[in-house]
Amino acid sequence: MGHVMTSVSATILEAEFAAQASVIPRPVRTEPAPVRWALITIALSFLSLFIVLPLISVFQQAFSRGWEVYVAALVEPDAWHAIQLTLTASAISLVLNVAFGLVAAWSIAKFEFRGKGFLLTLIDLPFSVSPVVVGLVFVLLFGAQGFFGYWFIDNGYKIIFALPGIVLATVFVTFPFVARELIPLMQEQGTAEEEAAITLGASGWQTFLKVTLPNIKWALLYGVLLCNARAMGEFGAVSVVSGHIRGETNTMPLHVEILYNEYQFAAAFAVASLLALLALVTLILKSILEYRLAEDHKR
Amino acid sequence: MTAFAPGRILKREKSVIPGFGITFGLTVTWLGLIVLIPLAGLFIKTFELSLDEFLAILTSSRVLNALKISFGISFLAAVTNAVLGSIVVWVLVRYDFPGRRIFDAIVDIPFALPTAVAGIALTTLYAENGWIGQFLAPLGIKVSYTPLGIYVALVFIGLPFIVRTVQPVLEDLDGELEEAASSLGAARWQVIFKVIVPAVLPALLTGFALAFARAVGEYGSVIFIAGNLPNVSEILPLLIVIRLEEFRYADATAIAVIMLLISFVLLFAINQLQRWTDTRVGR
Repeated sequence: MGHVMTSVSATILEAEFAAQASVIPRPVRTEPAPVRWALITIALSFLSLFIVLPLISVFQQAFSRGWEVYVAALVEPDAWHAIQLTLTASAISLVLNVAFGLVAAWSIAKFEFRGKGFLLTLIDLPFSVSPVVVGLVFVLLFGAQGFFGYWFIDNGYKIIFALPGIVLATVFVTFPFVARELIPLMQEQGTAEEEAAITLGASGWQTFLKVTLPNIKWALLYGVLLCNARAMGEFGAVSVVSGHIRGETNTMPLHVEILYNEYQFAAAFAVASLLALLALVTLILKSILEYRLAEDHKR
Repeated sequence: MTAFAPGRILKREKSVIPGFGITFGLTVTWLGLIVLIPLAGLFIKTFELSLDEFLAILTSSRVLNALKISFGISFLAAVTNAVLGSIVVWVLVRYDFPGRRIFDAIVDIPFALPTAVAGIALTTLYAENGWIGQFLAPLGIKVSYTPLGIYVALVFIGLPFIVRTVQPVLEDLDGELEEAASSLGAARWQVIFKVIVPAVLPALLTGFALAFARAVGEYGSVIFIAGNLPNVSEILPLLIVIRLEEFRYADATAIAVIMLLISFVLLFAINQLQRWTDTRVGR
């Protein structure tokens, strides 16, 4: 609440500043050219060396043994299975996270209640838990030695070393992504439009589908995009719960690890290049969506 | 000015919007099932250990060394990111040069690139015959399969946290203050260190804490490049995995609980820092 108060008074301050800004002429706000160029050189060298070069090397290594080895590495049955498993696990996680994101954002952004800040902190919690700890937590719950392990195993359900475990770990790791994109936007947009719709006789569902959803569609897509990138690329948490069973519980990142550890570098980088491509597409779509989102936030 | 604010916010009208009960209930239930109950399970499991056993695990030399390696190198990487990340932010926000928007987008690559991919790419780059490693080898510098490799991987994954936290604050920074300072006779370096740095400091510390927290928990990118030598280049998350594979659940749990407690402390610190940032820039 203190946070809201300060932003109210700060907005007024900002408005006052803005009114004055038009009167005062602007002196130069920059450094001498040599300093400028030195800083640009440092920044761009750092980005090129640390960020761009690793990305380029993925593709260079992937094609180092030619196209045939590249294609062979991708159509090989274990690789193909890993691709399918990754797509399945992240699709299920996405659906669950979108449902949770929408539900959580509706309750948090459209209503006032005590403990909202605490609830937001809890939703953020998965961001700060190490992926390996996430994996361990589910092994402790559902593994053979776990709290519920015997019950599930006796009843013929396999959670750890199977798809449900992979999905659980992925959902935990990507838990905040969609909700955290929707909540701030829906809070900014307020409740006036929904109230108007309800007062005019629309049902709750109609209001959500026809009023709220069109307002938040870009933020929802943005959350889905980030969530998907993380879900498909998750390594640590999935590695602990999957058991690394080749052709069964290996996701793409785990398959990369296995190939790499077997010194099949070209094949490892071939599968890795698909994930790198996913990252690039994600970044491009993200830039486009950010432009749309800026428009939504301005309204 | 603030006098009317509390009244306005505390006044709670009965909302006409439906669905609070069901959405709030579902949110809390799902949060409990996926996040809170599993994490609570970890703490309950720890109570199967006596305090002596718990302390014995944590004070064993291998765990202590892994703690030192994880936290020490994460700290160094976060400091490096704070310095170089600040330069990157400054250049991206304040200067115009060809390709600026592309470099701006590139900053997010460590967020988007799966950690295992980053791990094998960095290892190959910094190996003795790699694109970068071949220039370092004659100088006697080994990166891949050494603690230095852990540092390189953690710098890679931490960069976007600094840039994306500081960037909006620097963009919103009111030029008025800088202009006032310079027209009152302050030199450019004085303006930077007495006006700009204090204004972005909370955001920079938040970014630092986020990068540090992420680095401590990082697993995928590190294990390929680290060499994973016990007591030398073995990080805490890897030690958890090793103990788990040896079926030493108690050891794995004790280490995980310590990591979790530390990340709670960091999360709390980050929250406070973020609040400080918000009041500073008035958002």
